[in-house]
Amino acid sequence: MRDSHRLLAGKLVLFAAGMFGFGFLLVPLYDVFCQVTGIGSRTGLPTAATVTAENPVTDRIVTVEFVANRNQQAPWEFRPAVSSLEVMPGKLYDTTYFARNLTDRQLVGQAVPSVAPGQANKYFKKTECFCFESQEFAPAEGRDMGLTFMVDPGLPEHIDRVTLSYTFFVNQQVAAN
Amino acid sequence: MSTNLRKHDFNTFLTALVASLLGNPAQAAWEVNMPVGVTDASAKIFDLHMLIFWVCVVIAVIVFSAMIYCLVAFRKSKGAVPATFSHSTTAEIVWTVIPVLILVAMAVPAAQTLVEIDDTRDTEMTIKITGYQWKWQYEYVGEDVSFYSNLAASSNETRQLRSGIDPFQEDNYLLDVDRPLVVPADTKIRYLITSNDVIHAWWVPDFAVKKDAIPGFINEGWFRVNEPGVYRGQCAELCGKDHGFMPVVVEVLPREEFTAWLAGQQGGAAVASAATAR
Amino acid sequence: MSATTTHDEHHDDHGPAKGIMRWITTTNHKDIGTLYLVFALAMLFVGGAMSLVIRAELFQPGLQFVNPDFFNQMTTMHALIMVFGMIMPAFVGFANWMVPMMIGAPDMALPRLNNWSFWILPFAGTLLLSTLFMDGGGPASGWTLYPPLVLQTGNALPFAIFSVHLLGVSSIMGSINIIVTIMNMRAPGMTLLKMPLFVWTWLITAYLLIAVMPVLAGGVTMLLTDGFFGTSFFQAAGGGDPVLFQHIFWFFGHPEVYIIILPAFGIISQVIPTFSRKPLFGHDSMVYATASIAFLSFIVWAHHMFTVGMPLAGQLFFMLSTMLIAIPTGVKVFNWTATMWRGSLSFETPMLFALAFLFLFTIGGFSGLMVAIAPADFQYHDSYFVVAHFHYVLVPGALFGAIAGAYYWLPKWTGHMYNETLGKVHFWLSAIFVNLTFFPQHFVGLAGMPRRIPDYATQFADFNAISSVGAFGFGFSQLLLVYVVIQCVRGGEKASAQVWDGAEGLEWTVPSPAPYHTFEEPPLVR
Ligand SMILES: [Cu+2]
Repeated sequence: MRDSHRLLAGKLVLFAAGMFGFGFLLVPLYDVFCQVTGIGSRTGLPTAATVTAENPVTDRIVTVEFVANRNQQAPWEFRPAVSSLEVMPGKLYDTTYFARNLTDRQLVGQAVPSVAPGQANKYFKKTECFCFESQEFAPAEGRDMGLTFMVDPGLPEHIDRVTLSYTFFVNQQVAAN
Repeated sequence: MSTNLRKHDFNTFLTALVASLLGNPAQAAWEVNMPVGVTDASAKIFDLHMLIFWVCVVIAVIVFSAMIYCLVAFRKSKGAVPATFSHSTTAEIVWTVIPVLILVAMAVPAAQTLVEIDDTRDTEMTIKITGYQWKWQYEYVGEDVSFYSNLAASSNETRQLRSGIDPFQEDNYLLDVDRPLVVPADTKIRYLITSNDVIHAWWVPDFAVKKDAIPGFINEGWFRVNEPGVYRGQCAELCGKDHGFMPVVVEVLPREEFTAWLAGQQGGAAVASAATAR
Repeated sequence: MSATTTHDEHHDDHGPAKGIMRWITTTNHKDIGTLYLVFALAMLFVGGAMSLVIRAELFQPGLQFVNPDFFNQMTTMHALIMVFGMIMPAFVGFANWMVPMMIGAPDMALPRLNNWSFWILPFAGTLLLSTLFMDGGGPASGWTLYPPLVLQTGNALPFAIFSVHLLGVSSIMGSINIIVTIMNMRAPGMTLLKMPLFVWTWLITAYLLIAVMPVLAGGVTMLLTDGFFGTSFFQAAGGGDPVLFQHIFWFFGHPEVYIIILPAFGIISQVIPTFSRKPLFGHDSMVYATASIAFLSFIVWAHHMFTVGMPLAGQLFFMLSTMLIAIPTGVKVFNWTATMWRGSLSFETPMLFALAFLFLFTIGGFSGLMVAIAPADFQYHDSYFVVAHFHYVLVPGALFGAIAGAYYWLPKWTGHMYNETLGKVHFWLSAIFVNLTFFPQHFVGLAGMPRRIPDYATQFADFNAISSVGAFGFGFSQLLLVYVVIQCVRGGEKASAQVWDGAEGLEWTVPSPAPYHTFEEPPLVR
């Protein structure tokens, strides 16, 4: 009798431990959930898309808006060079964001991209981006940072406007040095 | 502090109660229902809300009547003798199937409204809203106009702990700001929303707009206001100690007045273009 | 139960030890049940005092008593204490006392584990409460602990998280014990479908607990590593997403809602047939309804998050799945009503609380259906309408269920009848004040008052004043419960074994008070 108690209790402990693991499994699952529901990857830093320039869709124009945010009122000046572009899906475009370190210390920042609407996320491909790695700035240094992107022709028809937003975070560990 | 407590005339109370029961939303203090609002979306949502409400009322009347009938008719003190039945497949099928039908009837208009709200096509301008602890920032994208919107100074003074100032003296206590967001009427306006620090939520009941501001991410949505006027709301996601003190005020101007207002804000700032198509 | 055992024999295990050591070392399910119930009752007043701080501040506009940060600590702690310290331990207490007696088992399957499950609680509760006195105060981010806000907590954060871990361990251990007891220790003839509904709801609740408490533990562990060890599960700067925490939290949080309400369903399903003198209508369909509610609770979580910017497909899915829950819940309400139909009803205090549950929980169910409608939820979300909704489900729902159970089984526990007149007074005060407290909150919520604010615009003043009066009335009415319980423990009219003439089940076959050991010889269930 006691053995059967132990056996069942043991199974239930394993089940609980498994669910603890499942909690952590939700992190990659969330990414899958975002892919499946079409809002693209939300977790994980962005990496370069391998894009082979396709034939541009000449009869469709999508407006791409560029937006810049700072976080925690970080001591940066940060803005897009242009606020919007009319683009043809399937064609590569270049643009820049400008950032300036407003302190007299060396700062390292990380730009984190976000796309609205969420469903456009996976159709917005960046081949080059300053967001792929953290950016180091000398005291008071300001510079343009490049971005090359393409809107995938698969972008759902009902989306006529896509916003690319970057939030610039100060990398705390480096700032402390 | 008790001197600050507003004394209510019983007659006012009664009038307000009667007015609200008759569906007159004019009485602000005893308002019991959601605003119809000033956008098509808010009117649709209001209708949906009333539809579900009345469905619930009808079900409640039926179910509660049955319960009350039991309480009255089957009292032991009146000599009720208990029956012994303990199931009835027919009854159980009936009260499973009927709710399914009711739910389907409710789900259809709800889904339609959701789809309509989700349609962000053909917007005419974009405003970026950024939540801060504890204020809002509004940026007219591409127009080089951007400003912060803080709780109005008088409210801020009154809301200090034991300030001794009577909140009832103020016209819009906690619902007033130093600089409201100004937008044109009859214009489909797209908003982008993000946050500088923690999660906030931008809520204007009259627009039926509530959207979370999440640091590092942007959300989008839209509204089209039919009537010029001033509309008030608040931050709706707990964001720290002054969460209750970062109101949203939107001033909606007729289109021409808005154009003039925007020109006045810009002061002739030129927008440089630095993009090249490859 | 050996008839030869006397009070001063403390060397054998047939009677309780004396003094404080009895309670610290006990492995007896009845003792541990009592400990849980007393602890829960104490926490009801701790959490209740916090809610009165909240309602005092909200009595009128302007800040009169506390600063906004302390107000936020109160809303956070009120919820954490009431959920993890009060209602969950209360139902575990009922399970400890009643499950072995209802299935004809001599004790819980794992008595020593049982002792540990309880004694972790006071430590965890004290730890949680002590955070209020730490540098920077207790957690003030709401019980939902959303990052990044929760990471702004002062020194208290790791302690609060550790106490959540401990509370989780305690309830997982308790649940394992309940499952093993139910699965392995039923008396011969007590087949699964013959089990009383209270046992059934607890079996399902226990599985829910084991499934989701570890997920919460994982979520708060990630908060801890984000805050102190440089990970970025929930920080966009490092590639994380704050919304991910909300998904994890509500993956736990929605089943948690049913963890709280299912045992109350079980108690109501015992009480209504007793006082209707008629068997529970649709016993098996009640079991299936409970199981489907439990299943659905795993696929509806994101209805708490309609405003985070979910894709249309997600909103539709979570709206529709949530609406489905109305069906099994409706079945339950209809079955309870059908149980009363052509019964022979009497209105002792447990029945009164069960009836209030029936009416008021249903109101909470209706507002629940309303908030499930995603587009309308854009208006309801994070407003006082939601506060009204979940308090209707939790107070006249779960808490009234627990109080009904307490009055129902008190004679069995103590051997005395409680004071019926005082019980009825307690009922009417509670029923009136609970509505006075929470009904006006629907109105201010619809009119645009956000939740979790310490101060509000003047047009919300009148209903808030009413709500505060109701809250104080409700709070002080509960002192009457304490008085009735103490009076009943100390003496009163002797209770028979049957206690209630309409009651059925094994627990009514043993004497009142239930002897320290029951069913050492398993009863035969026909
Ligand atoms: Cu805020």
